[in-house]
Amino acid sequence: MTAQVTTPYRPPREEARDGFAQLLRAEWTKFRTVRGWVIGMVVAALVTVGLGLLIAGGGSSTCQNSPTGPVLSGAACLPPVPVGPGGQAVTDQFYFVRQPLAGNGSITVRVPALTGLYANGATAVGSPMTRGLQPWSKAGVIIQASTRPGSAYGAMMVTGRRGVRMQDDYTHDTAGLPGAVSAASPRWLRLTRSGDTLTGYDSADGTHWTRVGTVRLAGLPSTVQAGLFATSPAHSTVISKSFGGGSTSGGPSLDTAVFDHVSLSGTSPGAAWTGDAVGGQATGGAASSGAGSGAGSGAAEGFHQADGRFTVTGSGDIAPLVFDPAGSGFPTSTIERGLQGAFAGLIAVVVVAVMFITAEYRRGMIRTTLAASPRRGRVLAAKAIVAGAVTFAAGLAAALVTVPLAQRLDRAKGSYMLPVTSLTEIRVIVGTAAVLAVAAVLAVAIGTVLRRSAGAVTAVIVVIVLPYILGIASVLPVGAENWLLRVTPAAAFAVQQSLPAYPQVNAGYTPTAGYFPLAPWAGFAVLCAWAALALALATVLLRRRDA
Amino acid sequence: MSQAPPAQRASLLGERPADPDGPQNALQAGWTSLREALHAEWTKLRTLPGTIWLLAGIIAATVAVSSAATAAMSCPSRGCSVDPAKLSLTGIDLSQAVVAILAVAAISSEYSTGMIRSTLTAMPRRTTMLAAKAAVVTGLVLAAGTIAVLGSLLAGRLFLSSHGFTPAHGYPSLSLGDGPVLRAAAGSVLYLALIALLSLGIATIIRDSGAAIGTVLGLLYLSPIIAAVVRSPHWHNDIERYAPMSAGLAIQATTGLRGLPISPWAGLGVLAAWASAAVLGGGLLLRLRDA
Repeated sequence: MTAQVTTPYRPPREEARDGFAQLLRAEWTKFRTVRGWVIGMVVAALVTVGLGLLIAGGGSSTCQNSPTGPVLSGAACLPPVPVGPGGQAVTDQFYFVRQPLAGNGSITVRVPALTGLYANGATAVGSPMTRGLQPWSKAGVIIQASTRPGSAYGAMMVTGRRGVRMQDDYTHDTAGLPGAVSAASPRWLRLTRSGDTLTGYDSADGTHWTRVGTVRLAGLPSTVQAGLFATSPAHSTVISKSFGGGSTSGGPSLDTAVFDHVSLSGTSPGAAWTGDAVGGQATGGAASSGAGSGAGSGAAEGFHQADGRFTVTGSGDIAPLVFDPAGSGFPTSTIERGLQGAFAGLIAVVVVAVMFITAEYRRGMIRTTLAASPRRGRVLAAKAIVAGAVTFAAGLAAALVTVPLAQRLDRAKGSYMLPVTSLTEIRVIVGTAAVLAVAAVLAVAIGTVLRRSAGAVTAVIVVIVLPYILGIASVLPVGAENWLLRVTPAAAFAVQQSLPAYPQVNAGYTPTAGYFPLAPWAGFAVLCAWAALALALATVLLRRRDA
Repeated sequence: MSQAPPAQRASLLGERPADPDGPQNALQAGWTSLREALHAEWTKLRTLPGTIWLLAGIIAATVAVSSAATAAMSCPSRGCSVDPAKLSLTGIDLSQAVVAILAVAAISSEYSTGMIRSTLTAMPRRTTMLAAKAAVVTGLVLAAGTIAVLGSLLAGRLFLSSHGFTPAHGYPSLSLGDGPVLRAAAGSVLYLALIALLSLGIATIIRDSGAAIGTVLGLLYLSPIIAAVVRSPHWHNDIERYAPMSAGLAIQATTGLRGLPISPWAGLGVLAAWASAAVLGGGLLLRLRDA
């Protein structure tokens, strides 16, 4: 007996129909076929570019080289700015008492005194300068590749209020002995050169030496300049105002250091010391002339040598040039300035991304969507990916167009564009697109939670834009501003900060000037964390609630 | 609609109430229809569950942000330069967004549900309908704004006096008896009302709630960001003078009035111009377009 088993007909399974790729394709089709959303994305890119160019092109600086000279405008106003070994713009101005050093050698000094003078912007022109050091008034020993501003160097120095430091190549700074210099507690400094390696030592008594640091200056020529230096950055005081942020007032400063027990090994015997004002006329507001006749002796840049004692007076700074809208003597600009238009783009992106989900609820389309793809978490993921990817593409295109155009426009209007490495430039451009993309994902998530366009759009814009406005508006104390830019999604704009804040340069590193409390990618991670939280909440609610 | 009061039912049927004063008939009819429209709009807004939450949100947002701002600020013994009234009203920066939601939803929710066609069938005088909506929304915002501003000033008074803002430092405690403080407080309430009108006007023009609220918030929040980065002082001053948010918030200033780019009442006037332009534009388009 045989049983006839008939297998019922089953259609061949279509593998890809409920796959995630299919879902992505469905969401992408929805996005690209709604004309308003596509227009919204194009508008987002256009306003980012347009507003950026408007900001970069707004206002040209004018100057007069002499009181009777012709009024210049734009790029003609810019002084030459030296560029350091790391590619960054630097200030390289100091008084240098030097001898050439061929091959290896070492220089040792004792610094028994460091004094300073400064002019305050509030005091009348021609009145005597005030006695006092700036926190970063510097004097000590230096070995520099050449006297050309911006050349590689290593230096051991005493400072106004930051103790002994070893600094090299403008951006690096290592702390040595703390405390101020006086006749009762002098500081001994030593800098040795061996090949392209410099080693710095300090000592309080000249017998017990401590190594502060070792630096390697690649490509140091065999003959370098070694000697004593003094320099002092412009004095500045921040006056906070209740409206429109703080303003700075300040003036040039000078410092005078006394060196004795000077010993230099490795130079040709009998070589004479020569003095130079490296970098010439100050760019950062410090001046070598007009030091004030009533201020006593030694009030102009120069040096004096007697009985093995050197008295060196200098003004300026050896440091990176920082973006300080209030403090610099000429207009400087950063590459991210033109990207402020991204805030306008952000608003358009948020509107489109919110509607991408709320329109489904308004039209009842969500029921069809969920019937076709019952795994709700995957629907949300597909929507988030599509919204994020489209926004990233639009944001990247906008940023790629804006940054070079805004730089050109800004330069033509007379700003010095602070140079950054191409890696930083890529980070700023890609980072801006990424911020917009993650904001779109956040908007999709909040739209799913609230299901209403008006409320969701407002919530997303308010959590991103309002903390930024309060952070830069100078209404709140700096502590509160920094807190806002650390914990709210507005922290993400740190990814646009192209220049780091250098602790060895006294400047207004406030959010208003574009300095964020978090590192670029850390700030971006804060926004990502918010978006992830919102997505998790949205997934839970989408699964639990009836559509 | 079966529960509508007799007057409203009468107007639905196209009848006019009997009027003994012949020449005044048209005017009287206009007033009656406005009163009816007001009643209808009030019923609609009152019975929406979101309205009460948004009004509570206006108050909570203003008081919370203002309290946080005043609690974070302290005046060291060497003195400080802070405008205590302006600081105590920082929350307006946030609550204006809630006001915008309320005002935008009042008109765009009608468009999204198709309700607008019923509304316009019942009230064919479209500008009257818009005026009634504007009046009801403004009235609610004025009420909530008054509570919010008073609460913020009270919180500011408590926090600031315990953070060194004492008469010894030249800061008498905040009081509405002080002319500039009263102006800042009343002006902030008016500011919120004007933001409501601006939002209502823009929402009438754009009709889609998401796009409308995006436009309103862009108009408000972008100006301080752009003003902070433009280099030219002329452009900076022009933005501060003519952008709705920075001009309108000049009303909150009580110190350093001479350094302001625009005087307080003139600033509020600029915002009023924006709001009336938006409402007039909205009214015109409402009459011209199909709903």
